[in-house]
Amino acid sequence: MKKLKQSRFFQLPALVVVLLLGVYLQRSGLIDGMLFYWEDIVYLTKQHIQLTAISGTLAIAVGIPLGVILSRPRFIKVSEWAMQGLNVGTTIPTLAILALSMSLLGIGFIPSVFGLFIASLLPIVRNTYTGLLGVPAHLKESASGIGMSASQMLLRVEIPNAAYVIFAGIRTALAINVGTVPLAFLIGGGGLGELIFTGIDLFDTEMMLAGALMTALLAITVDILVAACAFLMVPRGVNPSRA
Amino acid sequence: MITLDNLTKIFDTDRGVVTAADHINMEVPQGEICVLLGPSGCGKTTTLKMVNRIINPTSGRVLINGQDTTDQDTVSLRRNIGYVIQQIGLFPNMTIEENISIVPKLIGWEKSRYLKRASELLEMVALDPAIFLKRYPNELSGGQQQRVGVIRALAADPPVMLMDEPFGAIDPINREVIQDEFLKLHRELKKTIMFVSHDIDEAVKMADRIAIFKDGKLIQYDTPDDLLSHPANDFVKGFVGRDRALKRLQLVTVSEVLETESSVVTAEDSLATALQRMDDAGYERAIIVVDGHDRPVGYISRSVATTTKGKCGQHSYNLRTVVRPEDDLRTVASKMFTHDATWLPCVSEQGKLMGVVTQRGITHYLGATYKSSRSDDQSIRRIRVAT
Repeated sequence: MKKLKQSRFFQLPALVVVLLLGVYLQRSGLIDGMLFYWEDIVYLTKQHIQLTAISGTLAIAVGIPLGVILSRPRFIKVSEWAMQGLNVGTTIPTLAILALSMSLLGIGFIPSVFGLFIASLLPIVRNTYTGLLGVPAHLKESASGIGMSASQMLLRVEIPNAAYVIFAGIRTALAINVGTVPLAFLIGGGGLGELIFTGIDLFDTEMMLAGALMTALLAITVDILVAACAFLMVPRGVNPSRA
Repeated sequence: MITLDNLTKIFDTDRGVVTAADHINMEVPQGEICVLLGPSGCGKTTTLKMVNRIINPTSGRVLINGQDTTDQDTVSLRRNIGYVIQQIGLFPNMTIEENISIVPKLIGWEKSRYLKRASELLEMVALDPAIFLKRYPNELSGGQQQRVGVIRALAADPPVMLMDEPFGAIDPINREVIQDEFLKLHRELKKTIMFVSHDIDEAVKMADRIAIFKDGKLIQYDTPDDLLSHPANDFVKGFVGRDRALKRLQLVTVSEVLETESSVVTAEDSLATALQRMDDAGYERAIIVVDGHDRPVGYISRSVATTTKGKCGQHSYNLRTVVRPEDDLRTVASKMFTHDATWLPCVSEQGKLMGVVTQRGITHYLGATYKSSRSDDQSIRRIRVAT
């Protein structure tokens, strides 16, 4: 209740600010300037989404199973090293990853997807791994004591209980991913980076803003989507946002 | 029936070889509760967990209803053994209904059957299915969670149950309640149960048999009464406590020490009659006054009967409390202490007088078991003196 009142309290001033901002943008001709690139925006946004969707899906499809495998007891010795390697990997700037990817695969769509895939893989693997290791031992003992096979235990107990942490990893990964896509332009991957970087080069604020705002909008949308997925897919009993 | 045959577990640790269970031989008869008792690290939990092979035995066998489980597939073995642990282990991602239905689902029951079973079981532990089926474990109190933990283990109706300190994490008041509920449930279902505890009081209350462990060895395996009256050695003596004779009180019910009260008076009888009957029956202190339906309404003490004249109805004292034949002697002793009484009348469900329990009767009953062994003790003492 208190939260609600607070949000109402801030609602009105916020609306006023948004309105004034809109009026200012309209007056300054910035919106018209940006709408000038509407066709480019639509085309490049599609490309941007494509890059994110493909590399993100790949990262999830590879990252979760990888995290699961590393968390299995028989891989425990390997996984300590692997996680250290991944942690070091996380420190490499995404631009550097793209550059490395280019030197490996050349320029264009495929090296961009590959670079983005690598950049978003790490958080997913790490969260899956730590999430699964964090499932309390007594739950696993209870599950095996009840007569669940290893795969039943994984699917019905371990993954659902680690789901919230895994989703947090996906959320981080996709946020990094959407934010890195503009850099893919530098190795010929296309996307909204084209408007941003060209805008910077030409001192064309409107062009640059058109790309930047759209990227920001995409990032927020993707974040909301993943959060919604987590809200719906993580069982209520282990979902802090539904408690 | 659970039979352990030379069951041994040796752990290879960094600090050397540890024998957690050393050639354990025991048998839990069909439908009985066996409590494995001992200090921490004595091997009781290891022994329990070897039954469903959460821990693999180094050597020896476990037989369930005469069948060797050594070569049985662990998954199907465990589905036939209910398992309850101290941390309860309800799966927080599943509703109570889903939690209870896990095993039936795994072994392929039809949906309607396991849903019905879940409701039935909840009702058995006095949790309303309408309220609890769709809840998640974190919405339940600790006591409620443990009740669900127990009925989850019962869901597929396994013949055997293993319980690893199931009530250890519950506060003392709720623990008593759950223990009572569980015993009631057990009397209906008659499962063969192996139960780990470190609490002698819990063991005495729950067990048909108690197995005392120390350093991986089974020291004594006996009924609670025998264990308390004849501890095998100093370790067991120390473990069951110096008040072990008092602990036996809760193992005996009133009906076992009841002295039938044949002589009574009614309110209409005179005090002289009362005195006469006391003398005839050999009652030293008092005689009970009953109404027309044989219900005790008061008592006449000998001192009143000897010094006063009149009708019993006018001079009787009120009875301060009564006991029931199924009460245990611990309750009775507590009532005696509370009311400063040396005897208490016992009444049936309809309130009819069945007899009396006396302090002397209780001490006599508890002492009887020691008399037979006293001569042995003395001979041992003599031998000790001689050496």
